Amino acid sequence: MIGKYVVRFAALGYLTALLAAPLGYVFWRTFRHGLGPAWAAVTTPDAVHALKVTLILTAIAVPANTIFGILAALAIVRHRFPGAGIFNAVVDLPLALSPVVVGLALLILYGRGGWLGGHGVVFALPGMVLATIFVSLPFVVREVVPVLREIGTEQEQAAATLGASTVQTFTRVTWPAIRWATAYGVVLTTARALGEFGAVSVVSGRLAGKTESLTLYVQDRYQSFDEVGAYASAVVLALIAVTTLLLMTMLKPKEETR
Amino acid sequence: MIEAHGIVKRFGDFTALDGVSVDVPTGSLTALLGPSGSGKSTLLRVIAGLETPDEGKVVLEGEDVTRVAPQERGVGFVFQHYAAFKHMTVWENVAFGLKIRRRPRAEVKQRVSELLQLVQLARLGDRYPAQLSGGQRQRMGLARALAVDPKVLLLDEPFGALDARVRKELRLWLRRLHDETHTTTVIVTHDQEEAMEVADCVVVMNAGHIEQTAAPRELYDNPANEFVMSFVGPVNRLGDTFIRPHDVELLLEPNGSTQEAMVQRLVHLGFEVRVELVRDDGETLSAQLTREQVEGLELQAGQIVYVRPMRQTIFAD
Amino acid sequence: MAARAAALPSPRARRSPAPGLAIGLTTLYLSVIVLLPLAALSWRAHGWDAITSAQAVSSLKLTLGVSVVVALVNAVAGTMIAWTLVRDRFVGQGFVNALVDLPFALPTIVAGLTLLALYGPKSPAGINVAFTRWGILVALLFVTLPFVVRTVQPVLLELDTEMEDAAASLGAGRLATFRRVILPNILPAILSGVALAFARAVGEFGSVVLISGNLPFKTEVVSVYVFGRIESGDAGGAAAASVVILAISFAVLLAIGGFRRWVTRHDR
Repeated sequence: MIGKYVVRFAALGYLTALLAAPLGYVFWRTFRHGLGPAWAAVTTPDAVHALKVTLILTAIAVPANTIFGILAALAIVRHRFPGAGIFNAVVDLPLALSPVVVGLALLILYGRGGWLGGHGVVFALPGMVLATIFVSLPFVVREVVPVLREIGTEQEQAAATLGASTVQTFTRVTWPAIRWATAYGVVLTTARALGEFGAVSVVSGRLAGKTESLTLYVQDRYQSFDEVGAYASAVVLALIAVTTLLLMTMLKPKEETR
Repeated sequence: MIEAHGIVKRFGDFTALDGVSVDVPTGSLTALLGPSGSGKSTLLRVIAGLETPDEGKVVLEGEDVTRVAPQERGVGFVFQHYAAFKHMTVWENVAFGLKIRRRPRAEVKQRVSELLQLVQLARLGDRYPAQLSGGQRQRMGLARALAVDPKVLLLDEPFGALDARVRKELRLWLRRLHDETHTTTVIVTHDQEEAMEVADCVVVMNAGHIEQTAAPRELYDNPANEFVMSFVGPVNRLGDTFIRPHDVELLLEPNGSTQEAMVQRLVHLGFEVRVELVRDDGETLSAQLTREQVEGLELQAGQIVYVRPMRQTIFAD
Repeated sequence: MAARAAALPSPRARRSPAPGLAIGLTTLYLSVIVLLPLAALSWRAHGWDAITSAQAVSSLKLTLGVSVVVALVNAVAGTMIAWTLVRDRFVGQGFVNALVDLPFALPTIVAGLTLLALYGPKSPAGINVAFTRWGILVALLFVTLPFVVRTVQPVLLELDTEMEDAAASLGAGRLATFRRVILPNILPAILSGVALAFARAVGEFGSVVLISGNLPFKTEVVSVYVFGRIESGDAGGAAAASVVILAISFAVLLAIGGFRRWVTRHDR
């Protein structure tokens, strides 16, 4: 009987010490002296530019990976092609790779002397876009694949026998079944894209006001001993993260929650 | 051996047991019979200690065990869906209770082999439950429960998940096992045929209380009320009167005490034939005859016959 | 399989080019985005002194060592948290459930910063793990928290409680039941979570980079070492080091996967 309370206390204590307390503390520190200083810190030209960069990266990576994700899921589940297993494994690779290694690979490929080098990809926005796409690639695929597997092909076959074209079958039969899984995958992709640090750090050269995303900006401020700036921009990212968390909780596939 | 006094158990708004008292004699095989929701499984689980009653007490061998944990009660429990430890082999499943009690290896080995022989799973000791059929899994469940020499054996719809033929086999087998071991056994079932066939004493339950407790024969011949009568066997209900199908006499000629009826349908069930009839007053009833009787009367669908109850029951409210 | 039958003959719909198109496009995308850069990386990997130098070896030992500890702590903590979320009932449980996903949603640099604020040089609680290995541990625990919890949770939800009743009726107390009945059945899920946590910990960069101070031979993890090699212009050496880490991670994951298959042999 007491065992239950011990486990609960230990689990909640661990979560508080590791997650809740640090985050709460940063929020408190940032707004301790009111909104003013924090607001000023996140509205500097460099900060605003960093936010824009982050948003651009996300705005490109998420739709690209969503379309890829749905097509790839359809390919893997519905069209059993040879090499589907390897395809699947490669899709999962970004989850296992260190972000620094990802950045390095892009640097080597597109940098001076690389196979596709010398076209202004690295140390510039295109490189950062590629890095962001790389690291946030798997999420939509992974969420849609199990759902596609579960619903089976019968409904799609029925639609085909009734005369529906591929597009019609997709929009009227397949899409309604996968849209919530897709939405959840999109949220995960967005969170990953917004939060990417290591890969873009390597590939961008971190030129302030030019190739700094908001995450890089946080590091830049901290290393410049501008704690207020660092915390304020961290809080901006944290607020976006909390919103993402809320969306994740709402959209989460039912089997994973109570 | 087992006494339950005034057991009340509620789950939220739902009262599963409404002041139930029952007495199970030592060495007997008692069946708790009733439809789903009657509370029979709940009562069994209360006796086992897997549920704690809101009111009332449970006495095992003279000791009040109402607040005692299931581990300490010395009851063996067999589950409808086997509750097999799927990560352990058959051998390990049966040995579980003995290992928990830290019995010496030699003893465990001997006892488990004995039991596997008893339940006819001797050569399947190394298999995993997933590799066994339903009937085999349930035999394993029984062996496992028996391994720790329980004072009392409790079975919760043990054959419910098995198909008809296996059910009948295991039923007989259980009765023979009981005759050998004489362990006090309580079995929960919704199948009246099973209860009648296997038990010394049947407790009929309905909606959280006990309707009647009696030997199978007594239950059938002298049911306490309408519920028991309809539950324990097929019955024709004509107004307030209840007539068993085999108590319906069919004659080809009226004789003053009969009513006219038409044969609607003959259902041949092997040796017996169920004759579905409709009386001239519109009431339908069924009669149960042997094949010979039907042939003797040369019964056919559409034929007019004359019916008379040889025995009928009316319940005083 | 039934997928072949999708092109059932019908009056109007013609056999669509979709399968080939989908496979082709996605394979192209995958190759350009993922495979090509990785191929370039392996091609350029040379300069093996980058991996065998004392600094490299030290960072590798540190990273692997801490990652193992992280995996083990997560095995225990993650299971306890999953248990509390599934078997327990308390006010705010939904909030706690959502909180577990925070490390997935929060940028790693922000995570590192928050830990630095509360457990660094200006800690209000007086706990300062900056520039120490403990700091690395805490950061890695933060980012790997959800893995074991989320793999164990669904399994616990599905677990047949009748097995626990059976164990109780056979005389097993709470602890014995957990050890002999529950644990063996959630072990595969724990192992999956541990594998994910380990892989993540080995490659982690953003949350560690501020709090650890990146002191060579002391608090420099392998990802930071590789970063250092890149900054020094030794892309080849950095690539070599990357390949080696990948190989080690891969080997560990295979081992965990093999163990997991052995543990679930009763299911086949």
